[in-house]
Amino acid sequence: MSNLKQELKENIIELLNLEEFSVEDINDNDALFGDGLGLDSIDALELMVMLDKDYGIKLTDPKEGKEIFQSIAVLAEYIEKNRTK
Amino acid sequence: MKPCYIYSAVSISAQHTFDSGLGLLEPLALQPNKVNAHHPLYKSYIPPAALRRMATGVKMGVTAGKKALENANIIQPDAIVIGTGMGCIEDTETFLNAIIKNDEAYLTPTAFIQSTHNTVGAQIALGLQCKAYNNTYVHGALSFESALLDGLLQVEDDSASTVLVGGLDELGKEFIDYIDLIEDKNEGITVPFSEGASFFVLGAIKQQHAVQLKAIKTFSALTLENVRSVFMAFLKENACPPETIDALILGHNGSKYDHYYTEAASCFPKTTVQLKYKQCIGEYFTASAFGLYLGVTLLKNQDLPSLLTCGDTPKKPLKISIIYNQYNGRDHSLILLSL
Repeated sequence: MSNLKQELKENIIELLNLEEFSVEDINDNDALFGDGLGLDSIDALELMVMLDKDYGIKLTDPKEGKEIFQSIAVLAEYIEKNRTK
Repeated sequence: MKPCYIYSAVSISAQHTFDSGLGLLEPLALQPNKVNAHHPLYKSYIPPAALRRMATGVKMGVTAGKKALENANIIQPDAIVIGTGMGCIEDTETFLNAIIKNDEAYLTPTAFIQSTHNTVGAQIALGLQCKAYNNTYVHGALSFESALLDGLLQVEDDSASTVLVGGLDELGKEFIDYIDLIEDKNEGITVPFSEGASFFVLGAIKQQHAVQLKAIKTFSALTLENVRSVFMAFLKENACPPETIDALILGHNGSKYDHYYTEAASCFPKTTVQLKYKQCIGEYFTASAFGLYLGVTLLKNQDLPSLLTCGDTPKKPLKISIIYNQYNGRDHSLILLSL
């Protein structure tokens, strides 16, 4: 699980060009949206594509995304349970 | 019809023009065949949340546009008009390559959204919350001139008091290499391909030391035999005999089509100083916007960079200049400036 969290942090920094952040700056329970990393709706779309492409998880319900993208810890747990690749 | 003045001119180019004007010019190395712009510190001009999504051209355009408005003391222009030959080629390459790599299964939104040609005009407007006229022209090597003509007409017919006009192109990563590959190695362009953004604020009220944008003329096609008559007609229309032109700014790029510039220069007496600039900033579809930046700067500052000047020692003061550009024998433009 800790490897997955590390991988997610690296991927998110690269995918979303979060040049101001390093892996160490992101805590597992930091909010990804709003006050935390400050991600927005376009970033949410990027993350949905990443889930599909890298882990074989298709999100169809936007409400589901709101729950899953709370933090790295929540996202990693969801991926662990639902990944198909 | 109102006169049109250029209140400010800002350029991001392969030289230090954004920070230092024309003071630190040096010739570009001929290898490699492409040269990136000298980029300023963009985070001084663009909020980090917006900056992280922007490709090179968008950063250059938004920053140059912002500084041009600041220098002109304008908060909200009445129009934003952009010219770009290649648009946001960097993001276009990114999302097209992603589609190929992902077997057409995944389309990431950011690069796709920002790949449209009007992204720069839109981002400037978003940053300013400016809902005024916003247009982008994409006409090859006449893209910038088309935008400038739009801005000039709007000021002249009083549709707008101030207009932000810019020309920009980015190198991208891949497409430009294909252009370079098909370039004729014997008779083709010898200056490196490059990128840049030059922005101007136009307005109708005369300010101290303001340079007037007197006229623009463009031609998609022009034979070498017609260059002289076109120049003479342009000068006559604007009541400027050849001997009144103090500076002629030419877009030599080392190709076999440079003889158009030789023909143009032959229309003027020796007292007209000639300047060439693409050996310092490279070639791209909107490089002529740098030509205008050069024209405005030298009339304003009365300073002729020796690296760009060819021929005899120029007379001073410099009051009237013409910028002439063409690309591979097509897309000719003449711009007349006066102090």
